[in-house]
Amino acid sequence: MINAVSKNRYFIFRRTIQIGLLLLFGGANWWGWKIVNGDYSAAYVLEWFYLADPHAVLQTFLAGFVLSSDAIFGGIIVLSFYALIAGRSFCSWVCPVNLITDTATTARKKWQLTKKEGFLGISRKTRFWVLGLGLILSAVVGVAAFEVVNPITMLHRGVIFGFGMGWTAIAAIFLFDLFVVEHGWCGHVCPLGAFYTLTGRFALIKIKHNSDKCTLCGKCFAVCPEKQVLNIIGKKSGFIRGACTDCGRCVEVCEDKALKFSIDNYKNIGVKNNE
Amino acid sequence: MAEMQNRNTRRDLLKNIFRGAGLLGLGGAVWGTAAEKLKASDIVLRPPGAILEEHFTKACIRCGICVEACPYNTLKLATVDGKAAVGTPYFEPRDIPCYMCTDVPCVPVCPSGALDPTELAGDDSGAVSSALDINKARMGVAVVDQEACVAYWGIQCDACYRACPLMGKAITLEFKRNERTGKHAFLEPVVHRDICTGCGLCQHACVTEKAAIFVLPRTIATGKVGEHYIKGWDKADEERLKNLKEEKAKKSSPEDVLNDWENLFDDD
Repeated sequence: MINAVSKNRYFIFRRTIQIGLLLLFGGANWWGWKIVNGDYSAAYVLEWFYLADPHAVLQTFLAGFVLSSDAIFGGIIVLSFYALIAGRSFCSWVCPVNLITDTATTARKKWQLTKKEGFLGISRKTRFWVLGLGLILSAVVGVAAFEVVNPITMLHRGVIFGFGMGWTAIAAIFLFDLFVVEHGWCGHVCPLGAFYTLTGRFALIKIKHNSDKCTLCGKCFAVCPEKQVLNIIGKKSGFIRGACTDCGRCVEVCEDKALKFSIDNYKNIGVKNNE
Repeated sequence: MAEMQNRNTRRDLLKNIFRGAGLLGLGGAVWGTAAEKLKASDIVLRPPGAILEEHFTKACIRCGICVEACPYNTLKLATVDGKAAVGTPYFEPRDIPCYMCTDVPCVPVCPSGALDPTELAGDDSGAVSSALDINKARMGVAVVDQEACVAYWGIQCDACYRACPLMGKAITLEFKRNERTGKHAFLEPVVHRDICTGCGLCQHACVTEKAAIFVLPRTIATGKVGEHYIKGWDKADEERLKNLKEEKAKKSSPEDVLNDWENLFDDD
């Protein structure tokens, strides 16, 4: 039992934060709590200051509207937190869509759908094109282009304010990840993940690999949602950079203690890492 | 052989560039069309203090803080059901109207500027610090369907008039003789659009099966006469004549056009 908990310690921690945040945001609407009002687009914290999604702020700016200072400062706070400290951890520690896509991946593995890959192949780099396209379209169409179709906030708003027909978008993502592309949405398409991948390049918190301890068992590859970031495993010691979401699954499964959470020392940061 | 490979690589590269550009164009076209469609919401009532609809869909960050601030559950966030741009706040007065809170809790909490306190500034200075005046809200304007309004039939009903928070100002009752009975009066509700806030309390109160008085967005429910009409009986309006710049006469007078034989015939 204790072993099971320690084998899933980050997983339990992540789910606690993800669901706890949903509860805090939901409680604001259901029971009138005043801890965090709003959703992941923008939030009013303790009726004191605002947080905002920097990607949404950027799109709105490109769409031709200068937001008021509350949203701009809120965006800067969030951006600074992820850019300086937490990297791309939004994706696996906060984002509610992660609950959906992780479930899809688990089901995919259980039903062994993974082996039938090649049905539709798309590049992991697609998300960067989606990110760029969304920013260009925001300027062309004159509306925050990703926000009008954003399934992350659609799911979050759905939980807090009610789904309406919005659950269909969430079902679409689940089915896409289950049947079409493994880690399809989060690992290939989502522009917010791409955004935080780019901004999180110099973040402090990184996973550190000690190649001397590694026995090449390959367990980390089996659980990692962004396998390409593990290209240094067993080859050289260093920090896992790029599209890593700091989910910590590899740290949990590693029995050689060759992987652990650490603080980046920025050595070899220029070396191209797989995003 | 090396040359051959080189050419193939270049061809592959070009092919990939074209394929990428094509896919990007396809994605951009589909996504752009969807965004264009999804940003539009013609007939939707926004919270008080909302900026013009065309700017509102740009500005609103879709956070729902205004919805949570509303104590009457008037405001709702649009889902993908198409009632408004997804994630933006709106209200349906027949369900729950705006109860015109004097402290206007929904407006100052907006982080994006989509709900602008200066639109409701109490002392006309436009300063954010001045107290908010909910009566300055212009969420829409009430419109009466005279065919469906029982007051226009001659049945006594003043439900909308009494429900109006600006009673006797935004809606007045016009008395008219009922020629059909010869001894009754019509009490016809008339909306004054320069005062009506669009709160929808009238629509909520209306007794008919489907409300005979209902709020529409101002851009939809209002017409415009045009600058060239001047109320000759209104001194203030006549002042405009003095400031009017004389429009230069067009070069071609009607006679010129009629006498222009050259353009009457086709060239060939």
